[in-house]
Amino acid sequence: MKFGYYPGCSLSGTAKEFDLSLKEVLKYLDTDLLEINDWCCCGASSAHSASHLLSVALPARNLILAKEQGMKEIVAPCAACFNRLKVAQHELQNDEHIRINTEELLDTKYSDGINVLNLISLFQQIGLEKIKSNAKVDFSKLNVACYYGCLLVRPHDILKFDDPENPTTMEEVVKATGAKPVDWNFKVECCGAAHSIAHTEIVENLSMKILDDAINYKANVIVVACPMCHSNLDMRQKNIIKHNPGRNKIPILYLSQLIGLSLGLDHKKLGLDLHFIDTAPLIASLSENEVAV
Amino acid sequence: MENNHVHPTIQKIINLTNQNPANCYQCGKCSAGCPVRDYFDDSPNRVIRFIQLGLYDRALKSKAIWLCAGCQTCSSRCPQNFEPAKFMDALREIASEEGIAPSDKNVKKFHKAFLNQIKNNGRSFELGLIRDYKLATGKLFQDIDAAPTAILKGKIGFTPHKIKDTKKIKSIIDKAVKGKTK
Repeated sequence: MKFGYYPGCSLSGTAKEFDLSLKEVLKYLDTDLLEINDWCCCGASSAHSASHLLSVALPARNLILAKEQGMKEIVAPCAACFNRLKVAQHELQNDEHIRINTEELLDTKYSDGINVLNLISLFQQIGLEKIKSNAKVDFSKLNVACYYGCLLVRPHDILKFDDPENPTTMEEVVKATGAKPVDWNFKVECCGAAHSIAHTEIVENLSMKILDDAINYKANVIVVACPMCHSNLDMRQKNIIKHNPGRNKIPILYLSQLIGLSLGLDHKKLGLDLHFIDTAPLIASLSENEVAV
Repeated sequence: MENNHVHPTIQKIINLTNQNPANCYQCGKCSAGCPVRDYFDDSPNRVIRFIQLGLYDRALKSKAIWLCAGCQTCSSRCPQNFEPAKFMDALREIASEEGIAPSDKNVKKFHKAFLNQIKNNGRSFELGLIRDYKLATGKLFQDIDAAPTAILKGKIGFTPHKIKDTKKIKSIIDKAVKGKTK
């Protein structure tokens, strides 16, 4: 199998373990990624805060490049990039006014025809059976909280992915690894997203509620599919505990890292040493067949 | 959707969002589920109400429009299929266009610093973003505790990943934003 690849900015910086683990897992599952040549940032939260036109034009440039480079299907593992690409695509298809303005700004014609996949739909395409039949590590005692955040599932009318209030597709992927998804309340609550720098206190409070609920429902790990969610739950966790004492730590893994672990892939190659919250105790407990709570 | 009887601000909102704020019947569901409502001055439905009542200045000077995290919980739950998140985007854009000082300066400075990285490199450059944001806000020591770990783990690079077509990206951003991020 072969897919076009839109890594997005985070995956070459603060979320490089997302990129590393995804590539490692896909190599194992005989799937190739072909990166879009000269892709640019999708604009993330900042473009749509400044100019609606810009929030469509930046993703449009990437969709046009993908098409020119002969791609039909592209993977955008970052939930924010996935969201911006899909929303732009929707607007270009349904709003002639914005399409004309975008084409004028980019000085190129836009034509549709790219299918944009997120991390979960990528694994659905590859086939969960393939993950299940290759799982090598015993995950039967591992309780996983699947955290979707906002941008994978909202706005539902445009993304048409899973259920916006109670999605379950990530749980299906986690079950294929042999782990047990927990039933919890905060899987689509917001972590504070891009306010991480401008309003750290908001992010700490929102993320704390997510961490608390996962721990309450006996999760050993939270699994995510978004670099922003990861950085808010992982990097901010130390200060969350410092400012709100009496809490336990919980490691935050990308879904691709969890799959890689189940396939028995090298921990370093999955970037499991790159987190702020140490993943070593969790990994050690897996080999002892007893999971740390 | 041009209409001579519509106030220019409402017309701008309609043009930017393809939806009319008059459709909101003030049930308050958006505010009930908003994760950042506790930090707002005005709740989301109140900001919509300001616009409905013609109190444009109150809406455009509201902190809420800058603190909205864009999570779209409101948009996905609105029984009228109105999208408050899109509406908040439009108000931010209009406020900047009209030169109204943002009630929350940090958020706007963050977005400006972010767009600057894309202008210069075509992609986001985290070290540059943090540098520009710190210089703009004077918060030089923020997150100083997280920085060494991030750098040691190689998660924050020292050089930007520049794309070939940066000139084009710069012109796209300049034309689309037209000084709105000042």
